[in-house]
Amino acid sequence: MMSSVDALKSAPPRSLTDEEVREIRRDFPILGQLVNGRPLTYLDSGATSQNPASVLDAEREFYEQHNSAVHRGAHTLAFRATEAFEAARATVADFIGAQPDEVVWTSNATEAINLVAYSFSNASLGLGGEAAARFRLGAGDEIVVTEMEHHANLIPWQQLALRTGATLRFIPVTDDGTLDLDAAATIIGARTRLLAFTHASNVVGVVNPVADLVALARSVGALVLIDACQSVPHLPVDVAALDVDFAVFSGHKMLGPTGIGVLFGRAELLADMPPFLTGGSMITTVDMRGAEFLAPPQRFEAGTQRVSQAIALAAAVDYLSAVGMSRIEAREAELGQRLLAGLTDIPGVRVLGPAVGVERIGLASIDVAGVHAHDVGQFLDEAGIAVRIGHHCAQPLHRRLGVTASTRASTYLYTTTDEVDHFLATLREVAPFFGVSR
Amino acid sequence: MTSSDLQQLYQQIILDHAKARHGFSAEPFADLVAREADGPSTAESHQVNTTCGDEVTVRVTVGAASAGDARPGTERIEDLAWRGEGCSISMASASVLSDTVRGLPAGEATALLGAFRDMLRSRGTTAPDEEQLGDAAAFAGVSRYPARVKCAMLAWVAFEEALARAAAR
Repeated sequence: MMSSVDALKSAPPRSLTDEEVREIRRDFPILGQLVNGRPLTYLDSGATSQNPASVLDAEREFYEQHNSAVHRGAHTLAFRATEAFEAARATVADFIGAQPDEVVWTSNATEAINLVAYSFSNASLGLGGEAAARFRLGAGDEIVVTEMEHHANLIPWQQLALRTGATLRFIPVTDDGTLDLDAAATIIGARTRLLAFTHASNVVGVVNPVADLVALARSVGALVLIDACQSVPHLPVDVAALDVDFAVFSGHKMLGPTGIGVLFGRAELLADMPPFLTGGSMITTVDMRGAEFLAPPQRFEAGTQRVSQAIALAAAVDYLSAVGMSRIEAREAELGQRLLAGLTDIPGVRVLGPAVGVERIGLASIDVAGVHAHDVGQFLDEAGIAVRIGHHCAQPLHRRLGVTASTRASTYLYTTTDEVDHFLATLREVAPFFGVSR
Repeated sequence: MTSSDLQQLYQQIILDHAKARHGFSAEPFADLVAREADGPSTAESHQVNTTCGDEVTVRVTVGAASAGDARPGTERIEDLAWRGEGCSISMASASVLSDTVRGLPAGEATALLGAFRDMLRSRGTTAPDEEQLGDAAAFAGVSRYPARVKCAMLAWVAFEEALARAAAR
């Protein structure tokens, strides 16, 4: 017989109520303002999220009370700063199901991907010795990405291929904006050394089938990196359960500050990888000819670290955990479907990506027939609505879907249903204003 | 809800030009050929607005200096054609550019370009010289939206570079 606790566990996660969202909004000072005389409707969290007061307070408290260099100095402040910095690492690691020494701080997700690419590049030059031989790339080796990648998960691999002589291949996107898994099965093969793909698309909002793709990579012995920039902030992510080798994400998309990102790497891999950036704070002994490096994660954290940002990011993680990632995921799935249903109803609006019913995070990118995205964004801004316009750093995907630019509305835990409805109602006025008749 | 600011930005003349696209070449440009001695000089420039990925290519043909006057800047702009994709502001401004500078001596077109740029950068503080700018004066409203100045300048920057290249050939 099922106990009541088991029943609770198996029940679908409870979403956030409108009342709870209103409560959450009180924690975000920026959301209360007027823009162009209208209440701000912030639908651009996919680009950058807003910060709760607890995150801002954490950064301020660090500078007011503990500011000093970490991992050096014998004084009390240095000790406190180091404790807080490493506690932040443990908080973030726990949030994604990793061990603390598997979390490397970077400036942003882009740097995290470059770190891996340059480490492989350095290994290919012979750095890191035999231990790093598994990361060497050369002619005949293949790196596989997808056609829906953010440029951050494309260009570093293009450049790595150019530096090493490896070949870059990609899994194509189908007409409905999802990955062509049949093609993936033929593209991922014996030559594949690394598979890099986005967990959730920043344009079409689909959550990619990680398990299927990881299985393909594992069957040929390839390493796997996921771009988790749009997943870690919006749904529960457990890197151990996903069985990926690397994952990257950015602090500023998950209620944290700018200037901090995370590279997760499996401990045994990081242990064998040569460093990317070198200098102070990442060495054991140095002489005029060479240096010995620290173990990960310090090996990959050269120079003065982003201490206040790491501490503030941990405060953001605490905030998200207190609300509950499963509840945030459920709430955003509702908002995503509400967006999609409303958009599908507006004449001349085409939603990029799959239709209503397919799992998506709480965002939608659209093309308005006869009106350029920049003009759509301008019109919405006049109504206080902040959206992203352009190619969202995914030119190949836009080209594949037959547009050069789109307008993206993206939600988060503080987005109200009224805001989604205000966006939809304002969008209806766009085509008439620009004289586009249907 | 439409404010008068937004209507100032999107004046009817701009929306009309954005649709009409004067000077737009439906066909891809043919390859540039070497210039014949004393013949007209053709050059082009491709510009991209990195904010939204909009792009414009402007191709300009400049004639020889007018008879009896070899001073620089007296060459006429014999032809201007453009291709590209973008927002209504960038498409309208390319259309107006085509109408405005075609047939002008290069020096006069450059001065006009300077006046257009000054107007856009004025943040709404100076009234446009409608006599000099003609239809281009309709873009005065853009100056109140600094983020859109790049849109309005896109084709004009391409024109400026193409003109310099044509003169140098």
